[in-house]
Amino acid sequence: MSATFLGMPGNFPENSRKAVHDSQLRFNLRKATHTIRGKRASVVGELPDWQELRAAGKAIKEHTLRNLDRYLIRLEAAVTAAGGTVHWARDAAEANRIVTGLVKATGETEVVKVKSMATQEIELNQALAEQGITAYETDLAELIVQLGDDFPSHILVPAIHRNRSEIREIFLDRMPGVSPDLTDDPPALAEAARLHLRERFLRSKVAISGANFMVAETGTLVVLESEGNGRMCLTLPETLISVVGIEKLLPSWRDLEVFLQLLPRSSTGERMNPYTSMWTGAVEGQDFHLVLLDNGRTDVLADEVGRQALRCIRCSACLNVCPVYERAGGHAYGSVYPGPIGAILTPQLRGMSSELDASLPYASSLCGACYEVCPVAIDIPEVLVDLRAKAPHAAAERAGMKVAGWIFNDHRRLARAQRAATRLRKLVPKRLPGPLSAWTDTRDVPEIPEESFRDWWERNERA
Amino acid sequence: MRVALFITCVNDTLFPGTGKAVVSLLRRLGCDVDFPAAQTCCGQMHVNTGYREEGVRLARHFTEVFAGYDAVVAPSGSCAAMVREQYPKLARPGSKGAAAIAEVAPRVYELSEFLIDVLKTEDVGAYFPHRVTYHPTCHSLRGLHLGDRPTRLLRNVRGLELVPLPGAEECCGFGGTFAVKNPAVSAAMGADKTRSIMDTGAEVLCAADNSCLLHIGGTLSRQKTGVRTMHLAEILASTEEAQ
Repeated sequence: MSATFLGMPGNFPENSRKAVHDSQLRFNLRKATHTIRGKRASVVGELPDWQELRAAGKAIKEHTLRNLDRYLIRLEAAVTAAGGTVHWARDAAEANRIVTGLVKATGETEVVKVKSMATQEIELNQALAEQGITAYETDLAELIVQLGDDFPSHILVPAIHRNRSEIREIFLDRMPGVSPDLTDDPPALAEAARLHLRERFLRSKVAISGANFMVAETGTLVVLESEGNGRMCLTLPETLISVVGIEKLLPSWRDLEVFLQLLPRSSTGERMNPYTSMWTGAVEGQDFHLVLLDNGRTDVLADEVGRQALRCIRCSACLNVCPVYERAGGHAYGSVYPGPIGAILTPQLRGMSSELDASLPYASSLCGACYEVCPVAIDIPEVLVDLRAKAPHAAAERAGMKVAGWIFNDHRRLARAQRAATRLRKLVPKRLPGPLSAWTDTRDVPEIPEESFRDWWERNERA
Repeated sequence: MRVALFITCVNDTLFPGTGKAVVSLLRRLGCDVDFPAAQTCCGQMHVNTGYREEGVRLARHFTEVFAGYDAVVAPSGSCAAMVREQYPKLARPGSKGAAAIAEVAPRVYELSEFLIDVLKTEDVGAYFPHRVTYHPTCHSLRGLHLGDRPTRLLRNVRGLELVPLPGAEECCGFGGTFAVKNPAVSAAMGADKTRSIMDTGAEVLCAADNSCLLHIGGTLSRQKTGVRTMHLAEILASTEEAQ
């Protein structure tokens, strides 16, 4: 069972301070993010029409979101015509209720899972457990997180914060029947996971998945994965339940062409995805249910600036280039969506009533690296700034900003403030008090000059 | 050409030397430089910290102060990017404010853009016999897309040895109020940046933004590295006679 993010205490600055001081974590994250970052850069760099592809991806998603109501109905009709059953879930509770009910109706107490962000978002595994149903994650990294009672810390690589010797420890500790001679050699670890999972695939009668894309025109669902576990889950069990966010829609089969190029190159840094599974409705007698999940998405759609976050295809390129994510790690964001995209998605989906969620829009230096790599051109810094305007502000900060605004409103006031600073320049301590101590803990303060530029100009040029 | 200097509040208050360097450099290149005294701040700190209302007021003030000039030159990639990239998002489309922004914003240039794109010069006749490394600040790199303009200018400075900075495109961790709101991550980013700077063996770290240099310089100084920070304008303004 993996741990739950909901109701996590703290805030981003505090959480990230702990991560910054964990040198093993810093090393793991730096190594992993820089490796994927480099791979992505080289496979994106070899496409001369990358910017056109990116513009096409953005345009298709924008069009779909603008006409989401129409395309969702078309999808429902196509899935139903192909023998599937479509369920609509307003929120996490409703989705969990639907899925739990479907599993219970089969009489099974075990399900296998394909890695899915949507089911993590609604904390489906916990909901199933409460009803006596055990969910087994089959993606290797997801399995590591689940066995270790841990939190995922990355969208693509949920166990990115773990190195191979830590993974070996987790397997030895928690994996039933594992050989005590297990080494931390990656092929040996993968083999142990394979043996462990094989039995589950063959035994399980119910599988739960998400989807990377849904094609409205045909009712086809698409899952991209790298280990073949998805293919096993999607084809072997008698019942397949897919929980998919309503924004995962594409109008037509042709639109997939763009995204099957954008996603692997941005995500794993591969030219083509290793295992791409597509299915339409109930295939070969398999019972198929599609649960369409809103869970805050229509509210996000109503926001003119924030809605662009719904274009996200969960590639995690923004995480891998983010200097803040690299040092803070994924857990600091307190959500299944960490990194820059999480910093704009989580506060929109969950609101900013908790201290943690309200601190997320500020978890960025606005360096813009995320926007630059985003395959669907989500202007993450723009959304962050917009969310900051809606976030609750501390009273002391609000007062300080008001004073600063008042001074900046009039150049004569600014000049007087500058002269006052000059008069006090010898009194500035090496360590500043209050919130400004955050500056002087690690940096020196600059010397205040004898004269501001404007006074120099006034003295030399106006005369 | 009637050029207005937009000094920026940070330079005005803490780095007057940068402003003086811009004035002397632009005059050397034949420009008629004016300093509109009513200017204050572009509003970036307020907007980017979530105080949009105050920021909009300062943006309005900016468009009034700088209306009517052929060009507005700012020795800051960040503040120039604020005006050019973020101002248009602050006004209601079709409003008077939007029209005023559309009028002024395209004529606002960061210093190296103005020198290369408007004055069409890459050799400003500077002399600076030191080993220098250049940090492209995020807003100049990814906001304004300055590309290699600053380093083209530096390469033409006589006596200057330009050494490449490893991981140059990575943020230094300043980020305005980010530096005090998320001090641990900001300091960790700053520490990694200073390590890269030390690895170059440079005597001087140069950038197009004194705000980032305030953070990196404060870290370099706290660590007693002996590396100096200098704004691009100050290096370009240096001449043999002045040395």
